[in-house]
Amino acid sequence: MIPMSKIVRTITNILYVFIIGFGFYVIIHGHLTPGGGFQGGAVVASAFALLAVAYGRKKIVSMLNKEHLSVAEISGLLAFICLAFLGLGTVFFFNFLAVGRSIPVFSNTPAGINPGDLNTAGILPLMNIAVGVEVLSALGVVILTMFLGFKEGK
Amino acid sequence: MNKYVAAIALIIVFIFMFLTATYMHPFGEPENQDMDQYMIENAQNETGANNVVTSVVFDYRGYDTLGEATVLFTAVMGVLVVYKKTRKGGE
Amino acid sequence: MTLESSAIFNLPFITVVLLIIIGMYALMFKRNLIKIVIGLTLIESGVNLFLIALGYRKGCYAPIYTNAPTTAMVFPTPQALTLTSIVIGLAVTALMLSFAVLIYKKYGTINAEKTRRLKG
Repeated sequence: MIPMSKIVRTITNILYVFIIGFGFYVIIHGHLTPGGGFQGGAVVASAFALLAVAYGRKKIVSMLNKEHLSVAEISGLLAFICLAFLGLGTVFFFNFLAVGRSIPVFSNTPAGINPGDLNTAGILPLMNIAVGVEVLSALGVVILTMFLGFKEGK
Repeated sequence: MNKYVAAIALIIVFIFMFLTATYMHPFGEPENQDMDQYMIENAQNETGANNVVTSVVFDYRGYDTLGEATVLFTAVMGVLVVYKKTRKGGE
Repeated sequence: MTLESSAIFNLPFITVVLLIIIGMYALMFKRNLIKIVIGLTLIESGVNLFLIALGYRKGCYAPIYTNAPTTAMVFPTPQALTLTSIVIGLAVTALMLSFAVLIYKKYGTINAEKTRRLKG
């Protein structure tokens, strides 16, 4: 696939940083605002798709590494499972940070309608980040693989 | 001939589903509100999250999310296997 | 409850039925594999809309306490299950499109009727 015109590439250079930043904002604020790991990961993967469409086949291979994305996907899934196992002192998927309040990390308790506090919700923000990393790398791998097509070594 | 049978079957399925949709409970007034009302009232105290959907996804129904992440991982592995570089001589 | 009085209030459920029927039409009468995948995606959209419409309560807001207008909220569980369903549907769609590409590579066509012969 040939790269698109210079206008599209310039706008992409400006815009993709903001798209990725917005995706990570959605991931990190998943326990306060609409969104979460899956939606934010999809937003970041749409930035990858924009890069792939704008720059074409030759340049995208040097910009995004498929092996690194694969490793990030496996790391996200493993982090999610390890976070679930950390609560095994009580049960699987136990929210040990929010219930006991012995560790002062993400341990505030909101009550009623409030303007929002990032330091709440126990292990939910950590799980959001793990799932967000997994989804963005999974969708990135799928987009890159389908965009590049079959290898030429046949 | 086959296409006519298929069309008749499709129309019968459509009639049954349409009647089911019209005789369901009215839109906006669900029955059995106990479980979700409990989650709405107690999610902030039990999980600490303002977003009740996130607390359902990651806390009350965490096993679903674990299975979903595994399904996504498996599907990506399947896509990678399909697009793998083939050897010389096909197969 | 008569059919005339309830039909207009159940418009989301009727939309669900129409989406599923259009998807099943594409599955039964189309032979192009890409169109079959599109039909499956339509059925999946119908199921997602059905789940969301089941959890709606009249006059309620999204179940998020951050700056919420009231504490009357719609059901969170169907929305969470729809989130799960969307991601699984996306994964399955990617896998089906990859298989369509594989079939095209092996047979040279994506017509489902011409891919029946065995080929070594």
